[in-house]
Amino acid sequence: MTRPVDMMRQLAPQVLMASPHAAAIGMEVVSIDPAEAVLKVGFRPDLVGDPDTGVIAGGVVTALLDHTCGQSVMSALDSYQPIATLDLRIDYMRPAGPGLAIFCHAHCYKVTRSVAFVRAQAYDLDREDPVATAQAAFMLNANSAMSPAETIARALGHASPASPSSAEAKA
Amino acid sequence: MSDTGDAALDLDARLAEILQRIPYARFLGVRAELAGDEMTAVLPFSQHLIGNPTLPAIHGGVIGAFMEMTAVAQLSLSQGLVRQPRTIDVTVEYLRSGRPRTVFARAMIKRAGRRIANVHVEAWQETRAAPIAALHGHFLLGSRDEV
Repeated sequence: MTRPVDMMRQLAPQVLMASPHAAAIGMEVVSIDPAEAVLKVGFRPDLVGDPDTGVIAGGVVTALLDHTCGQSVMSALDSYQPIATLDLRIDYMRPAGPGLAIFCHAHCYKVTRSVAFVRAQAYDLDREDPVATAQAAFMLNANSAMSPAETIARALGHASPASPSSAEAKA
Repeated sequence: MSDTGDAALDLDARLAEILQRIPYARFLGVRAELAGDEMTAVLPFSQHLIGNPTLPAIHGGVIGAFMEMTAVAQLSLSQGLVRQPRTIDVTVEYLRSGRPRTVFARAMIKRAGRRIANVHVEAWQETRAAPIAALHGHFLLGSRDEV
């Protein structure tokens, strides 16, 4: 049985592009490991938040943190299941450097039966000097629909059967 | 026209300018409507806001970003700031998945001191009584007498 993390490593760009918003802001996968993900967003003038400084908008960092956290949860699971963000707490340490890409490293450090917990850092040049840090909680088996990763995996013949619990997930 | 009418017009123009100046607000397609000095931010649905196409649902990051922008715009509008407030921290609670339709948000400034403001934002779709997400945040103000 293929673990989600193996499929995500092979099909990372396709999985990412399946999310229209991730594609729209130009997210890219840097690396996927079990329970860990690194994604990036390149600098683009239309993603700037404050024209006086030329820095990428905090909202882009929010979307990147949320998405990377979700990917780290998927890569921590033994089987495909839909997940949903319960809460996301972000601390902004400093503005990103003007014109720089933003990276995000997320680590899903604990998975329980229904909830996964994640910590993440967003940075421009140095992971030790973050732009923002985040703490998030995700609900597992969030709904009966398939996750984008699972849809693609199935379409490409990589999927394992859905976990039994997803059948009884709440609508 | 009465003075109050002119003031309302000024506020409308200022709000439009605040949003127009933020490239990322234009990218998302954020608009805003005013009732007095109370602002309702409006995010019309668009395909590029989708996070999960199988549901489909609006990306959680988009909803967080939209609420953060609502807080920033409301602060800029009512605090007479010379530069954009900077976000210190936000906590986003996701209550329902965002359906492919318009999202609305309103910010309440719980406290605005000389340097720091505390703002709560709620986002909803069909009815305000069923919010899809909430945001609590602190923002650093660049007030007139400080920059």
